[in-house]
Amino acid sequence: MIWDWNFAGKILPDLLKGLRVTVEATLLAYVVALVLGLVWAVLRRSGGLVVGQVVRWIVEFVRSTPLLVQLFFLFYVLPSAGVRFSAFVTGVIGLGLHYSTYTSEVYRAGIDDVPRGQWEASTALNLPRHRVWFGVVLPQAIPRVIPTLGNYLIAMFKDSPLLLAITVPEMLGAAYAVGTHYFRYLEPITIAGVLFVIVSVLASILTRRLERRYGNH
Amino acid sequence: MATTDSTPEAALPQNDARGIRFEKVVKRFGDNVVLRELDFAVAPGERVTLIGPSGSGKTTILRLLMTLERVDDGVIWLGGDSLSHMERGGRLVPADEKHLRRLRSEIGMVFQQFNLFPNMSVLRNVTEAPVHVLKVPKSEAAERAGELLEMVGLADKADAHPSQLSGGQQQRVAIARALAMRPKVLLLDEVTSALDPELVGEVLDVLRQVAETTDITMLCVTHEMRFARDVSNRVLVFDKGQIVEEGSPEKIFTDPDHPRTQEFLRAVIDQ
Repeated sequence: MIWDWNFAGKILPDLLKGLRVTVEATLLAYVVALVLGLVWAVLRRSGGLVVGQVVRWIVEFVRSTPLLVQLFFLFYVLPSAGVRFSAFVTGVIGLGLHYSTYTSEVYRAGIDDVPRGQWEASTALNLPRHRVWFGVVLPQAIPRVIPTLGNYLIAMFKDSPLLLAITVPEMLGAAYAVGTHYFRYLEPITIAGVLFVIVSVLASILTRRLERRYGNH
Repeated sequence: MATTDSTPEAALPQNDARGIRFEKVVKRFGDNVVLRELDFAVAPGERVTLIGPSGSGKTTILRLLMTLERVDDGVIWLGGDSLSHMERGGRLVPADEKHLRRLRSEIGMVFQQFNLFPNMSVLRNVTEAPVHVLKVPKSEAAERAGELLEMVGLADKADAHPSQLSGGQQQRVAIARALAMRPKVLLLDEVTSALDPELVGEVLDVLRQVAETTDITMLCVTHEMRFARDVSNRVLVFDKGQIVEEGSPEKIFTDPDHPRTQEFLRAVIDQ
């Protein structure tokens, strides 16, 4: 089998379209993971005993089941309960939810790093709870964990081909479809791999920048 | 108010001070009984210094008053209100968060490690609680914070961040921050212990000024005998969770009765 540049050029637009879906799904899922993870972390710390335990259980459960199983559940099982989203939205929710259990641990480490004296000073000043979180604790906790959070963006990007399993037309899916159509897999799969590498490298450069900016605190 | 007084002292809280009373207060940490049925009272406006070896329960008293810890038994009174408990159906039950919030607003605390908020400017450290707790308009809070910072000699540092200040400067900001809430009781927990010796004086000067120009009830845990002597009306000597001796600073520092007091003073002076 010999590499055919003409064929590669012909299929590139299809793959780039797939890449766009991959990047969009990953970024949206990342936002879900960042927000939801923060919610888990805050609830675990200040939601009271019952809420804290329930959240802990949810996080443990989601983290210890495979992402693929969760995607299947969201896409094939939930509709029978009347909850129906497009493949793309399901993918974003699934990927985001799964990774929120990881980001929640990252936030938690950052929150635990905030000295006890900061909480005590907040109590002594009688600050309302939302100010303690948003004015005092999180502004100190989050900068420290930004580099770690950045690494999860790369991890999510690399997990995004799993969305193929629920018919999201992401890059690997596009490569596979092209391959099946022309009965030629070398170029599409290789190009998909190269594109993954390019995006990953760009993302890790960005992460390293963040690390330099926020890492040494 | 008819006139505006622009002296720094005008920024200080002037209000009816509150007394404090501990009634058979017990505090345990695990098996370790830190306070055993402690009884003592502080009159409104009184300045009391607590001394004694570490582990004798002095700091725990301040932390109980600041509601950073809960009593295991007994009652703490703040003026006529119970701080540790609230009344429900004619009985005293442990206080809930709402009750604590209401009474806590009358108490301020300055910590050994300053505990300034490092993510905020000096000015915002001082305005944060007035704006978000007392709902004072931002401009008014900033103005009063400016006066308080002037009183502690740091008016020019309003825009600095805590990490840019020396320990003594940070502690003076912390004092301004506590006073901004107009407390009726001020708790000082070893406020000079974390400072280099040459920075202790500037913090003591500020506290002396607060003592002279306000009627705030002050409770002070310290190893700083200068301060105890200059500012306080009364010294309580603690050992193993109980008061072994009390009296005027002159009496305690020059002619203590109890052997534990003598021993402790010798140890402190030797340092």
